[in-house]
Formats: sequence, C-alpha cells, structure tokens
Amino acid sequence: MNFTQWLLAFSGLGLVLLGLLFIAALMVYGERRILALLQDRLGPNRAGPFGLLQPVADFLKLLTKEHFVPPFADRNIYIIAPIIVPFTALLSFVVVPVSDDWWLADLNIALLFILALSSLRVYGIMLGGWASNSKYPLFGGLRSAAQMISYELPMSLALMGVVILSGSFSLVDIVAAQELPFIIFQPIGFMIFLVCGIAETNRLPFDLPEAENELASGYNTEYGDIKFAFYYLGEYIGVLLIAALIAVLFLGGWHGPWLPGVFWFMLKTLVLIFLFFWLRTSLPRLRYDQLMNSGWKLLLPAALINLLGTALLGLFWMEG
Amino acid sequence: MNKKQTNNYTLALIKGLGRSLWAVLRHAFVKRETVSYPDIKRTLPSRWRGRIVLTRDPDGEERCVACYLCSAVCPVDCIHLQARQNGDGRRYPETFSIDFSRCIFCGFCEEACPTLAIQLTPDFEMCERHHESLVYEKNQLLIDGQGKHPGYNFYRHAGVAIPGKAIGEAEGDTPPVDRDNNLP
Repeated sequence: MNFTQWLLAFSGLGLVLLGLLFIAALMVYGERRILALLQDRLGPNRAGPFGLLQPVADFLKLLTKEHFVPPFADRNIYIIAPIIVPFTALLSFVVVPVSDDWWLADLNIALLFILALSSLRVYGIMLGGWASNSKYPLFGGLRSAAQMISYELPMSLALMGVVILSGSFSLVDIVAAQELPFIIFQPIGFMIFLVCGIAETNRLPFDLPEAENELASGYNTEYGDIKFAFYYLGEYIGVLLIAALIAVLFLGGWHGPWLPGVFWFMLKTLVLIFLFFWLRTSLPRLRYDQLMNSGWKLLLPAALINLLGTALLGLFWMEG
Repeated sequence: MNKKQTNNYTLALIKGLGRSLWAVLRHAFVKRETVSYPDIKRTLPSRWRGRIVLTRDPDGEERCVACYLCSAVCPVDCIHLQARQNGDGRRYPETFSIDFSRCIFCGFCEEACPTLAIQLTPDFEMCERHHESLVYEKNQLLIDGQGKHPGYNFYRHAGVAIPGKAIGEAEGDTPPVDRDNNLP
C-alpha cells in the first residue's frame, strides 16, 4: 500500500469512528426521550432544538469535571479499564457490513472476531470493578464476569446456526446468503441471541452489574469525569453493535424491497434499538439466581438443541 | 417441578412479558404529567407553605407583637427578632430576620403566632447565589396586606390598655379576679 491508500484507509477509519461517537451521543438523547415518552414525561427538551444538544452538554460536564482517582484504587488498572469497553465495541464495527458495497473489512473469521472482542469487553468491566477497590464495584465486577461468561456460551452457539445456514463466518457472506432473513429458519436462535445480546450489554432487565438499587452503581460506582463517560459510551456503542449484529445476522441486513440497502439496515437497527429502550422501561431486573438459571438451564440447552436441529437440517437438505 | 407446571410457568412468563410491554407502549399516547415549568406555572394551593411574610391588621398597623413564640418554636432557629415598646405600651419587633437558607418551611411559626402576623405564602421562587442574600430582614418580610386573614385585628379581641386607668376600671369592664383570695 502506498501513502495515498494509507491516508484513505485512516481517514475512512476516522470518519467511521466519529460517526459512531455521534450516533452514540444521539442514542443517549434518544433513550432519554423514549423513556420519557413511555413514562408520561417530556424528557430533556431545553438544550437546543428539541433538546438535541443535551448530549453535548452532558459530555462537556463530564469533561470539565475533576480527574479524580480514589486513593485506595489500583491506579493504572483503574485508568485503563474504562478504555477497554468502548474500544472493543468500536473495534467490532470494523466487520459489520452496512450495505452491499460498504464495509471496512471483510474478515473470513468476522464472527469469531466479534465474539473474541465481546469476551475482552468483560475485562473492562471486571477490572474496573476490581481496581476500584471498594465493595460495590467489586460485586458489580464479579456479577458482570459471571453474567457475561454464562451468556456468551448460548450466544455463540446461537450464532453457529447462522454459520451452518450460510456456510461462512464472514458477515458479508452471511448477509448475502439471506434472500430470506434467517429469523424465519432460526426463530429460537434469534430469541437466544436477542436475550444474550441484552445480557452482554448489561442492559435492563439484565443490568445486575450496575443494579442501582442494590449496588449504588455497580462496577462504575467509583468512576467520575471522563472515565465514566468512557463506560457510558461503551454501553451505548455496545447496544448499537448488538442491534446492528441482530439486523445483519437474523433480519437480512441490507436486504429489502424498493429502498437502498443502507436505509433498510438503518431501519432494522433503529427498530431493535427502540426495542432495547422499550424493554428497559417495561421489565424489572432479574434476580441473580433467575439470571443464572435462565442462562444455564434454559438458554444453553435451547441453543444446543437449536444447533443440533440446524446441523441435521444442513446435513440432509442443504448438502444433498 | 413436573413438566405440566413448567409449561404453565413458561406460558405465564410469556403472557406477563407481553402484557407489561403492551401496557408500557400504551403510555406513549397518554397525556404528559410533566409541566414545562418556567413557561407554564401551576397555581399552588393557597395553604402552600412557601415564603414567609409579616402581615398588617386592617388599620395598617403591624400585627406582630414581638412575643418571640415563632422564634421559640422554630425547630432550626432561623427566626431572630428584637422586641420594642412604643409610647402607648404596644409591642412591636424592632428587627425581624428569617434565615431562609436554614428555614425548612414547616409552618410552626404560623401555628404559634397568637396574632396571625407571621404567615406562609404560596411562593417558592426565592433562589439566590449567596447564602447571605437568603437572610430576609424586616423590610423584606413585612407586607402591606392582611394576608390570609382579612379583617382580623388582635386588639379588637384582647383590648388595649388606657393610660391612667388600671385593668377593670374602664366602662363595662369586669375587675380581674384576685387569685390569692378567690375562696367561695
């Protein structure tokens, strides 16, 4: 690659990065407005037109706060941990195809890449809870580790069904294989991936790692200023990632009649993001034993059966 | 748990999930509870316990007789006053200050006041940038109106002292009971 190509590649990456940060900021605003809509409130509507500048105000507030490291914290890990979370979520977007000719990288192991990064994400939260050296963050970190490990298994097993149907780990090939969306062939897989996706992003009703009512704020109790903003950013990028992944893997990505592919992809992602917010305001948090029971006793067997069924299907119909 | 129970449980779970999701979604079309406050201001109840005022009687005189009851009953000790007497023996507060940075708007002072002078009003918009600005002096507290009790004048009920005449010597006045010698 010569200099111009490098420059193009890096400017493309920079643009995607800025775009994602912009979307995450809009999601913060959108979530607050949608929660307000469903709770008979108005939501933030003061800063700028319709309150659209609210995320800017929030960000400036967090940025100008004192950069404080608690004296009892493990300083280096305390500072590094919040960077890991948005980093892994942002990196996963490299392989997400937005339309039929628009993606950053078409890895042939894209799904494994995403699963590996989502495993790394646990470290951000767990180490943050550990390094804070305080009881609530520790509990939050422990819970998050247990929860993410438990839900990653059914999540990856549910993805294997998609891999069998499309015959590829590359997201571009998977979308290309979906003349009919995979949700029709993999309804159980879709449900499992949706539930596990919510659990992976620590959203309600699976927000045990930061359960406000029990753990103050869980793993990020000791975090303030820009370090907290990183966790916050990571959470919303994670939601965006899971929504985009569901759209790509199960809802047919860019496929759709009449309109251009980008629009269909965005529409599907937006509907899923709305579902995330809707679930947040509707459902109470699971108890810890319920969380573990549903993960190991319901979702894991269901994912295994689903995988077995899909494998048999693939063996007898698709090969023959 | 046998199989039938498990099925019922799962069914109830799914039904409950759907019902709560639907119930929440319907609230998108319900009238908002929030009021855009500085633009739209709700009328507060007339008994709202807000900014404290000192009122005047129908003759335009101060109702306060500086009895210190409000200051004594105040649980956070935010009322300070200094009593004084004018020529005809009528008491009035020389200074009267309420520290609204300490006031908890409990309304005890209003209940304790024997002359209905001190009253709480439906006004809560009293933000200041400094604590000192929240200490209201007498000229800020005393209003020209009668507040919540129009037409009430304490001295119409209690009477006033007349110079040169002791209690019980006035026309139609009953002499006071001698409590040291009130045997039947």
